[in-house]
Amino acid sequence: MRSRSSLWHDPRARFGLAVLVLAILAAIMAPLLAVDPSLQRDIVATRFLPPLTTDLHGAFHLLGTDRFGRDVWSRLVFGARVSLGVGLLAVLLSVVIGMAVGAAAGFWQGRTGLVLLGLTDFALALPRVVLLLLLASLWQPSAALVIVVLGLTGWMTIARLVHGEVRALAARPFVESAVALGVRGPRVLVRHILPNALTPVIVAAALGVGNAIMLEAGLSFLGLGVQPPTPSWGNLIASGRDTLVNAPWVATAPGLALVLVVVAATLLGDAVRDRLDPAGRR
Amino acid sequence: MLQALVTRALAGLAVVVGVVTLMFFLIRLAPGDPALLLVGPTATPEQLAAQRKELGLDRPIPEQYTVWLGRFVRGDWGSSIATGRPVRGMISAAWPATVSLVGLSLVLSYIIGIVVGAIQATRGGRLDTTLSVVTVTLFALPGYWLGLMLVMVFTYWARALPAFGAAGFDADFLTGWDRVADRLRHLALPLATLTLIGIGGTARFVRGAMLDVRNAPHVAIARAKGLSPVQVTLRHVLRNALIPVLTLLGLSLPALFSGAVFIEAIFAWPGVGRIMVEAVGARDYPVIMAATAVSATLVVLGNLLAELLTAWADPRLRAQPSVGAA
Repeated sequence: MRSRSSLWHDPRARFGLAVLVLAILAAIMAPLLAVDPSLQRDIVATRFLPPLTTDLHGAFHLLGTDRFGRDVWSRLVFGARVSLGVGLLAVLLSVVIGMAVGAAAGFWQGRTGLVLLGLTDFALALPRVVLLLLLASLWQPSAALVIVVLGLTGWMTIARLVHGEVRALAARPFVESAVALGVRGPRVLVRHILPNALTPVIVAAALGVGNAIMLEAGLSFLGLGVQPPTPSWGNLIASGRDTLVNAPWVATAPGLALVLVVVAATLLGDAVRDRLDPAGRR
Repeated sequence: MLQALVTRALAGLAVVVGVVTLMFFLIRLAPGDPALLLVGPTATPEQLAAQRKELGLDRPIPEQYTVWLGRFVRGDWGSSIATGRPVRGMISAAWPATVSLVGLSLVLSYIIGIVVGAIQATRGGRLDTTLSVVTVTLFALPGYWLGLMLVMVFTYWARALPAFGAAGFDADFLTGWDRVADRLRHLALPLATLTLIGIGGTARFVRGAMLDVRNAPHVAIARAKGLSPVQVTLRHVLRNALIPVLTLLGLSLPALFSGAVFIEAIFAWPGVGRIMVEAVGARDYPVIMAATAVSATLVVLGNLLAELLTAWADPRLRAQPSVGAA
């Protein structure tokens, strides 16, 4: 109970949770908060309106409009659905794969370890962007494809971190004493080693969520991710690229939203890390 | 130690061969025919067939693979289907641009990041909090977006720095320092983008690792022996904290190359990343394969190097104890 309240007293956790909850709520309640993101009532009269203006038809644009006269705020809120969903699901996939592979490779260091490490190196050496380019041309680019590809190409960092941690922990006296007491095989791994190896996984997962959201945006930015007119933060930034000079808000707003969410996920990860690992707490 | 190194090197070679093989078959499974792109949409089926025969695309894929691999190993990388230029020439012309960009930003961001992280971990307090906000923000910045923002500020508003290419149009007429200055001005924005992002991650990692090590028993002993705080920090805290940082260095190489693809796209930087993106679009098989083989080799070498450095920093890992076998 005490430790739960200590997480709540951490300002980083409060900030991170608040931003993430707000972002997720906004994504869920998007139809209530914004108009149809593809709505273009009058392209000549409403395009390139700066933020905080009301157009001729009386509609207020908090973040202005883009070159087709579409409301940037509405596209941002609907884009959050895609960007947040893709980021969370992709990381979930890579954490599951990465922990299983890394733990097994660090614990059974013989042939199993070598094979799994080889597999990790193999996956790590695949040029991720080229693979994504190819997969995007093999199948139609879509949100589901981005989740699978990011998940399948993102587990290696976690696997290697877990592997290093498990290997270092396996040489520690408390594990040796557990083995000496007769605790065997998988039980040592699950009960004694893995709980102590969790810290970097949680931190890496929190960072991974941010990273996945950024990569999704990067792919959509290159035109390989979520396809317009469906808004995602990445293709919103991409669409603002051409109008950087006369309408900088189109690219700035989704970028700031992206940074805010990634900062929140990261800070929350930091706070969780400090709570789980009292030795590292300041 | 030596045996372990040879094993890992052989495993690395196997990884490169595996990656190249997978890529070879993947790109041939992908729809799109380079011969069709070459002869154009108005060509007759006979012309297309002749073109395919000339490129060797009419033969079975496994046979194409063995032919390609044999030539590649002997140093014959073929010529680009799209442009007709020799692939080795293309790669070696683009290579220095990518390596200088990625290498410089790696060095800069690790130096600055380690210093910032070490200051945060040792000083603490207000300074730590402020720097934490800065580093977490840097860490959260997407490269292509930061690049766009820098272009907006420094190119469009301040009109101070170029945002396109690696050298000005008049670069060939410049001499001496003017030429160096021109290069540096073109390097400034892409390098700043990659470095700023790198600093965030490194500083955060170093800070965390140093705080983990700070409370270890051997640090208390070092203090008890009467070593100065600087000696304790440098020799006992930082050295141990650098172990995960070295692992991170090896891990960040492929990500850095991937990131450089986006940055090269934004700043029209004439590097390998741009060649790769263009080659995939044109189904330029020889170019994709050569670029893949080279980048896979680099990534494997980077990981091997990181592992060697880790073993150098942490003697415990050299003995390779195995509890799982017990």
